[in-house]
Amino acid sequence: MTVVTATKRPARDAPHAGSRRSSDRGAWFLVLPALIPILVLSVGPLLYGILLAFTDAQSGRTRATQWIGGLNFQDLLHDTLFWESFRIGLVWAVGVTVPQFLLALGLALLLDQDLKLRWLARALAIIPWAMPEVVVGVMWRLVYNPDAGVLNETLRTLGLGDGRDWLSGLSTALPAVIVVGVWAGMPQTTVTLLAGLQNTPHELHEAAAMDGAGAWRRFRAVTWPALRPVALAITALNFIWNFNSFALVYVLTSGGPGGRTRLPMLFAYEEAFRYGQFGYAAAMGLVMVAVISLLLALFLVGRIKAGDEA
Amino acid sequence: MRTSAAGRVGQYAALLGYLVFLAFPFLWLVSTAFKSPRELGSPHPTWIPRHPTLDNFRQAFDEQPLLRAAGNSLLAALAAAVIAVLIATPLAYVMARQRTRLAKAATGWVVVSQAFPLVLVIIPLFLVLKELRLINSLAGLVMVYVVWALPFALWMLVGYVRAVPGELEEAAAVDGAGRLRTLVSVTAPLLAPGIVATALFAFITAWNEFFFALVLLKTPEKQTLPVVLTHFIGAEGVADLGPLAAAAFLATLPSLIIFAIIQRRITGGMLAGAVKS
Repeated sequence: MTVVTATKRPARDAPHAGSRRSSDRGAWFLVLPALIPILVLSVGPLLYGILLAFTDAQSGRTRATQWIGGLNFQDLLHDTLFWESFRIGLVWAVGVTVPQFLLALGLALLLDQDLKLRWLARALAIIPWAMPEVVVGVMWRLVYNPDAGVLNETLRTLGLGDGRDWLSGLSTALPAVIVVGVWAGMPQTTVTLLAGLQNTPHELHEAAAMDGAGAWRRFRAVTWPALRPVALAITALNFIWNFNSFALVYVLTSGGPGGRTRLPMLFAYEEAFRYGQFGYAAAMGLVMVAVISLLLALFLVGRIKAGDEA
Repeated sequence: MRTSAAGRVGQYAALLGYLVFLAFPFLWLVSTAFKSPRELGSPHPTWIPRHPTLDNFRQAFDEQPLLRAAGNSLLAALAAAVIAVLIATPLAYVMARQRTRLAKAATGWVVVSQAFPLVLVIIPLFLVLKELRLINSLAGLVMVYVVWALPFALWMLVGYVRAVPGELEEAAAVDGAGRLRTLVSVTAPLLAPGIVATALFAFITAWNEFFFALVLLKTPEKQTLPVVLTHFIGAEGVADLGPLAAAAFLATLPSLIIFAIIQRRITGGMLAGAVKS
């Protein structure tokens, strides 16, 4: 160890002259323990998965897997069930991400105020985040339960009819799971936005108020410009996470009724682990990444441009 | 910046609305967990159980191997958290302190890994783990959890490392401490609270995880709590509500307790990680 230190000391004293190489070498023993698992269990499988999408890999087959080029993608193009699932996935992702953001922004703005009960709201806002997704699903099944659920009972008490079986209704299942998605994802967004809010310059706010700017103008002129980068980042992340979500809907409806809530992840999961079509499922995964990246790129470029003009 | 009285009232009304929305499902879960089967079958459910009972909890333990599942979850989550933090801390240190290509590549991986759908990762992982005979084994699951917890752990830890002034390390180096010694006796103690928070967060992530466990664990003896919880729901989607609620309530407690402890630190860590120096 002393030898290593001795050779490194000069580099430390002259940080601009050739320090990069020696610090690089010194860093290896710090980096390797994490790098190997990342390469073996994340980067490797990812590349392997991309390759699988171009093969006819199946589970439990004795014949060797063959390279079939773009055949999976051709099949996928004509797979109406998959595209229906994809459409549901987009409706779900947008339907969850947008209200999630608006509700979280409202809550973050409230929590940024000097209100009583703020501590309680903060504590409660964390609950959905801490819960296992499976429990969130179970919990909302209890809420939506046609007989023993609190939703129908409340409707009955208010005289708004007998309620219905929300999660099995063809028209109500998707909206019902979207509400759960919003509920489950709100805390993280709120906490992130709140942290961003607390970084906005308070002096500016006060100056704007003195100049007679109302709450809305203050928000537009002072708060939002400072919050925008955080808001864009968390919205983009939320969109990706929501599109790729699995456990919530698996527990709530398993994709039913009649596939009305079958998100792409559920579809691909069944394709891979119920029917054993590994290659085809991998192709689905690849298409999901490609389309989502494209949408996200368009969204971010659009937002950033809009911000430059404003 | 004065808010009018009417504005204040509006703010409190909105806050109340949020409180109700956030709290009511959880309260309903707790309420259901303490209701008797007869009450659950009756047409008009109430918020407060009329005859609170612990029967559901007893029945939940009878129906499914909850204790063993909790043991599996605990083992997997604990091992994953400890290993993840042990290997993430040094890498986070390099990412925070150096602007090398390696550090940039690691940051890039943290971002990209968030975007890929799990299905693209799970199929090859399944095949690789099968070759290694690590399917249906907690060891295999732990390996997956470690890598899966790494991006967020790195993100948090980089923030904590940046908060430690580099001058302290330089001072130690001037005093003749070697690199490793500097890390162990100067940096590590200052990082300790952040490392603990990160480990607890990784623990919760693994404790709550469902998808990998569902795919990788085949037999009930090996399955973790979230997977076993889904067994309460029958093939037709019909569930025995009382025991289901009781088991779900118990499965949440560890996460809630830990989250209450580290709440503030997570917020701080996320922000610190987000603000580039």
